[in-house]
Amino acid sequence: MVQYVTHRLDASFAALSDATRRGVLEQLGRADASITDLAEKFHMTLTGMKKHVVVLEDAGLVTTEKIGRVRTCKLGPRRLEDETAWLESYRQMWDARFDELQLVVDEMTRKEKAHGREK
Amino acid sequence: MDARSESQPQKNATTVERKSERELVVTRTINGLARVVFEAWTKPELFKRWWVPKSAGISLLSCEVDARVGGSYRLVFDVGDSKTMAFFGKYLEVTPHSRIVWTNEESAEQFVTTVTFTEQGGKTLVVMSELYPSKEALDNAVASGSQDGTRETFEQLEEFIATLGANVGRS
Repeated sequence: MVQYVTHRLDASFAALSDATRRGVLEQLGRADASITDLAEKFHMTLTGMKKHVVVLEDAGLVTTEKIGRVRTCKLGPRRLEDETAWLESYRQMWDARFDELQLVVDEMTRKEKAHGREK
Repeated sequence: MDARSESQPQKNATTVERKSERELVVTRTINGLARVVFEAWTKPELFKRWWVPKSAGISLLSCEVDARVGGSYRLVFDVGDSKTMAFFGKYLEVTPHSRIVWTNEESAEQFVTTVTFTEQGGKTLVVMSELYPSKEALDNAVASGSQDGTRETFEQLEEFIATLGANVGRS
């Protein structure tokens, strides 16, 4: 389970690293859309948009369904993605916090060295 | 020939894992001695300098940290709109340079945080575990952090940093 979540996190994170893909998810959050709709909206070729959708699909963020000749995209399975998103935002928060801790520790270490560790 | 040529100063990675049904674990290696990291974690004047990252954009109104067994802490944040949020609890265990355990009493989920410091080669591995009383409690904590669903994911990613106050309760 943990490995699964971690893997999904990696895939989600990679998928989310692109502004267009984030835009697509926001868009799908409002309404399902076909790849053609999305391509138009984001001023891209159909092929370009398909590639983005495949990445999002691999990450489980989006599911697609072909009805007739139209492939409709919608947001992916929700529960796990909620948890994934939450874990990622939580990680980012701690990452920022630990970055600051590192600065404080660096400064303390420098001071100690400068003062020759006087007690 | 010198295998010690460390590829520093690369940023160390922070990991978060749901380790079990009721445990969430955060890890990070800090470049520094455990003694120093421990001090930064237990002295209020140091603690308040890093607990709220500058990027959070919120401020800590008060910070009382009495890091002794049975001692308590209380952090009050300004979370905007002239609202404040308090986070408080007690220290259950304070073992110099290696381990701190505290309760999170403002939280409905009543979880306990354990942080350990393990020094190796001048660096310190920080492992922070949050143990919830039940699977449901951790599920709730996660759900309340993500209740708005996937469509809110991106706002959340940003907001989460901004509403640090809510996270302090988890840590």
